[in-house]
Amino acid sequence: MTQTEAGTGVRSRGRASIEERTLRRDRWWQTPLAYGLTLAVVGLYLLYAVLVNRNYYWEPYISPMYSPCLTANCVANSGWGWFPSISPVTPALIIIVFPAGLRATCYYYRKAYYRSFFLSPPACAVAEPHKTYKGESRFPMVVQNVHRYFFYITLVFNAILTYDAVIAFRDHQGNWGHMGLGTLVLLVNAVLLWLYNLSCHSCRHVVGGRLRHFSKHPVRYWLWSQATRLNARHAQIAWASLVFVALTDLYVRLVASGTISDVRFF
Amino acid sequence: MVSTGPTNGSDERHPMTGNRMDSGDAAAHSWGEFERHRYDVVVIGAGGAGLRAAVAAHDAGARVAVVCKSLLGKAHTVMAEGGIAASMGNLYPDDNWRVHFRDTMRGGKMLNNWRMAQLHAQEAPERVLELEDWGALFDRTPDGLISQRDFGGHRYARLAHVGDRTGLEMIRTLQQHVVSLGIDVFMECTVTDIFKAPAGRGPGRVSGAFAYWRETGRFVVFEAPAVVLATGGIGKSYQVTSNSWEYTGDGHALAMRTGASLINMEFVQFHPTGMVWPPSVRGLLVTESVRGDGGALRNSEGQRFMFDYIPEYFKEETADSVEEAEGWYADKKNNRRPPELLPRDEVARAINSEIKAGRGSPHGGVYLDIASRRDAEFIKRRLPSMYHQFKELADVDITKEPMEVGPTCHYVMGGVEVDADTEESIVTGLYAAGEVAGGMHGSNRLGGNSLSDLLVFGRRAGHHAAYYTHRLRDDRPAIAEDDVRNAADRALAPFEIQDGGENPYTIQKDLQDVMQRLVGIIRTADELSEALVEIERLKERAKHLAVEGNRQYNPGWHLAIDLTNQLIVSECIAKAALERKESRGGHTRDDYPGPDDSWGQVNLVLTLPGGDFASPVELRHQPLPVMPGELEELFD
Amino acid sequence: MGYDLSMRVWRGDAGGGALGDYTVAVEEGEVVLDAIHRLQATQAGDLAVRWNCKAGKCGSCSAEVNGRPRLMCMTRLSDFDPAETITVTPVRTFPVIRDLVTDVSYNYEKARQVPAVQLPPRDPDGKRRMMQQDVQRGQEFRKCIECFLCQDVCHVIRDHEDNKPKYAGPRFFIRYAELDMHPLDTTDRRKLAQDAAGLGMCNITKCCTEVCPEGIKITDNAIIPMKERVVDRKYDPVTWLGSKIRRRDPRDEV
Ligand SMILES: Cc1cc2nc3c(=O)[nH]c(=O)nc-3n(C[C@H](O)[C@H](O)[C@H](O)COP(=O)(O)OP(=O)(O)OC[C@H]3O[C@@H](n4cnc5c(N)ncnc54)[C@H](O)[C@@H]3O)c2cc1C
Ligand code: SF4
Ligand code: SF4
Ligand code: FES
Ligand code: FES
Repeated sequence: MTQTEAGTGVRSRGRASIEERTLRRDRWWQTPLAYGLTLAVVGLYLLYAVLVNRNYYWEPYISPMYSPCLTANCVANSGWGWFPSISPVTPALIIIVFPAGLRATCYYYRKAYYRSFFLSPPACAVAEPHKTYKGESRFPMVVQNVHRYFFYITLVFNAILTYDAVIAFRDHQGNWGHMGLGTLVLLVNAVLLWLYNLSCHSCRHVVGGRLRHFSKHPVRYWLWSQATRLNARHAQIAWASLVFVALTDLYVRLVASGTISDVRFF
Repeated sequence: MVSTGPTNGSDERHPMTGNRMDSGDAAAHSWGEFERHRYDVVVIGAGGAGLRAAVAAHDAGARVAVVCKSLLGKAHTVMAEGGIAASMGNLYPDDNWRVHFRDTMRGGKMLNNWRMAQLHAQEAPERVLELEDWGALFDRTPDGLISQRDFGGHRYARLAHVGDRTGLEMIRTLQQHVVSLGIDVFMECTVTDIFKAPAGRGPGRVSGAFAYWRETGRFVVFEAPAVVLATGGIGKSYQVTSNSWEYTGDGHALAMRTGASLINMEFVQFHPTGMVWPPSVRGLLVTESVRGDGGALRNSEGQRFMFDYIPEYFKEETADSVEEAEGWYADKKNNRRPPELLPRDEVARAINSEIKAGRGSPHGGVYLDIASRRDAEFIKRRLPSMYHQFKELADVDITKEPMEVGPTCHYVMGGVEVDADTEESIVTGLYAAGEVAGGMHGSNRLGGNSLSDLLVFGRRAGHHAAYYTHRLRDDRPAIAEDDVRNAADRALAPFEIQDGGENPYTIQKDLQDVMQRLVGIIRTADELSEALVEIERLKERAKHLAVEGNRQYNPGWHLAIDLTNQLIVSECIAKAALERKESRGGHTRDDYPGPDDSWGQVNLVLTLPGGDFASPVELRHQPLPVMPGELEELFD
Repeated sequence: MGYDLSMRVWRGDAGGGALGDYTVAVEEGEVVLDAIHRLQATQAGDLAVRWNCKAGKCGSCSAEVNGRPRLMCMTRLSDFDPAETITVTPVRTFPVIRDLVTDVSYNYEKARQVPAVQLPPRDPDGKRRMMQQDVQRGQEFRKCIECFLCQDVCHVIRDHEDNKPKYAGPRFFIRYAELDMHPLDTTDRRKLAQDAAGLGMCNITKCCTEVCPEGIKITDNAIIPMKERVVDRKYDPVTWLGSKIRRRDPRDEV
């Protein structure tokens, strides 16, 4: 981290002359560091998972990174085969842009990565290193405003992942009445992703936030109130769902590669 | 030598304060260089009264300036919690101005100026609705109207409110409205003198005001034929008070020094419930809404002692059993009000007696309990700032434990004697509104009646001041340059004294001690006489005030100037208190415990013929204005 | 249970200054402002500091205590170790006047630029009707005591003096939000919020929310909803198209 140049920011002329870029004495760097590291580790793992293009399916479980598997080169029975094979490119690539886009433009992750990676600011009342700053008022950052479209699209993905979790109640032969640890994992994953979307700020806005008279729309007011309650936990849900997606993929991967075997409940 | 006409400060003025940008020179000043401004109406004070006056004067076509000691939006009004009393009848259609008028007069023990009380009750509802037009968001009834809450002494739930931060809503609304109208505001600028030009007989007429910028210490001269005082109260003369540093009675003292008179100064309201612990927040207000919303007062024996203190005067409308009091919260028609909601003077005296009788709490208060009576959700919703205030400053969770409370100096009923309709004092062109004006509240103010008072009389004062200046046309009184020079010398005097000068902080502390000990809730002739002697001594010492540093934002210097005002006002209170040989409202004499009908017809009027803080205050009796028959009937 | 507190207090003016070391006797239950006042009454009569209510209600006593933007009257000494030195400086985003007092005129200028509330005529009976659930969002923002700590901490202007002319800051974003959510107001300020007030420069890093002594959820309840409303107006082709076809602005979705 470079020092702010003398004469700008908190050292601008006219302001109280204090050398230190912050007088905070607590470990303000801990949180951004921890969040940054977690994001980096999970991010790298997911990137790896997307690129390896194998071990993502073990009937009836499919890794959320590969569902819906739309191309012809999907592992047998895993996909829908709507598109011709684009081998050797991984089928996950078509899918991943949407959830990734949702998270990249998510109001919560924006806060986290602006702080951890862009250091603007690294922590409150700690001077940032940049000389100029335009925030989200210009390209490229103004693109963040498309967030709600990612929100709409990923609702479809959540539906599909829910479907995946439901069909995970079939066993290897396709008979209903099965449940393994993998089923549970897919189920929890789907629930967390729903919670993530439902606690989204855009969701809160479209279900009712944009109204001016709640009193005239009792149903939407109720929806907004629920979204608001979830929204207060959006950060926690964001982390939980992100980490859990990676864990879900890992579980399917380990089972599919034969490293471990699925625990079967019934 | 003397500058001609106002300097046009606009191009090099400070964007916020209007201050000149070149820095102030420590002690030296040359006569011609004062910043000058010319206005039709200068309003001193940016609380509810001042801002409402400015809006009214502006609406009447006057050029208006608002001058205030603090930043805009920080005046005392911001601290008001409970609400604005106005008989809108949103919850109880039976409520109307006559009921409100009657409550006000009875609360003030009939010593109020009846005409002011009448105008106040009649105009308050419209003033509240105006705030809503300007953006205020009050709490609502289920029908979407402005909700109203119960307060001591009010027959019906009458206080328009926003949680327990009504004053904030009021000042922010007025502030935003003033800004949108483009009215000039001079912030952190303290007025130290009001100028007058002689006019035939009588005390002369106003020609302007003299002030200094706190930021730079530089002086400003306002040329204006009308000045509205809206400077608030005097509470800083007491040790335990809910009031801030601003409440040094500047307006009271300025008025007296200009030749105007004060009335009712013996009546100081001690709010029954102030915080008592920790010491640093002693006196901080605990809003009456706690009691309005169900809080009960208990002594160390756990007894609801207020039932023992119901005075004859209020027996008829006060519950005499716990059952009836409890019933009242739900069914106000068939039950009488709990004694906790008696007017403030009654409750404050009762608490005082309990503490004196040894039934107080560990830190010298009594218990105010809402925790065991309302659920946590309700408390947090209705009293959010109280919840935080106790949580953060005293480590007390009011949803779980009772609060410890005791009386705190809160409000002065006394103030500048004004004409009820125009708010003009006996000095032509000098107006007063808000806490600084006297008469409206008689011997005791009901909760919520102050915020409405600010709006009603602020508007009237601004309006009439503007019309007065219109009527003058070009016949504007001029400021005598000698007066300007004297004002500057007076303000700078503390810098002249080099060695052996008195520290203003010490004198202020001593004064607070005298007032608290000798001119407090319960008074006696001996103590009051002693207080007058002490005050005389302090005045002597205050002639030698000295301050360190220079004129740039120097709180020591600011206090030195304010202190002289405190001394004048304190003398007024003590003198009037000694004179009034009865107990009534905010004035309780141990040696004359009951009210006396002959005193009930008398106002005590105080003046300062010498015009200087060191000269003695004079006192005379004056009969109360007589209420017309049709209003008299309301009290049968 | 008093003790001697070591303090470092910034003294000086626009021309320069430094942290001065002081030792001041303090009592149990006191707050930073008490210590400063004692300093003023006993050791430094001309120490400049703003305050009024001493109860966290007026927002005058903003400063930075150990580098964190705080109200001095609401910062209890018991939150610190008695052996710890407490450093008090003026807020570092605004020009200093003297000691702990800064020139906050920036905020008053920004306040002037927000178009005032504009309501239709009252109901025939002379009153207005608004439902509690329709005013409560605005009421949260009107709790603001204008301490300007959020403005102080916001890196957009704290770290970039040059952004000041184009940026209103979180205090005024809540004002825009309040007016936009007012059930009766008739003016559309969304474009203004984005363009003149610089809403787009905020990167929702939430420091304003962290420091707000009133606990206003500035980012979640005002800034982000305003950003979404701006999207409705400026960036969302569907709502834009909808407003053209149905000739109805989503803002009028009453
Ligand atoms: C804690 C608390 C709670 C309260 N709650 C309620 C309530 O619920 N309901 C109710 O009705 N009343 C309440 N009151 C009383 C009420 O708030 C005040 O009486 C009222 O706000 C006074 O308003 P004002 O306009 O007269 O003066 P203020 O609001 O005090 O304004 C005074 C103004 O004058 C300025 N000023 C003073 N001297 C000078 C000078 N020399 N030069 C320049 N400017 C000067 C100050 O800077 C300030 O701007 C409460 C009071 C307190 C302290
Ligand atoms: S969230 Fe936005 S307004 Fe608040 S501090 Fe961060 S950048 Fe500033
Ligand atoms: S929003 Fe909060 S931090 Fe900002 S000025 Fe208002 S009260 Fe202070
Ligand atoms: S997903 Fe995080 S705000 Fe929309
Ligand atoms: S003095 Fe009012 S907020 Fe601290």
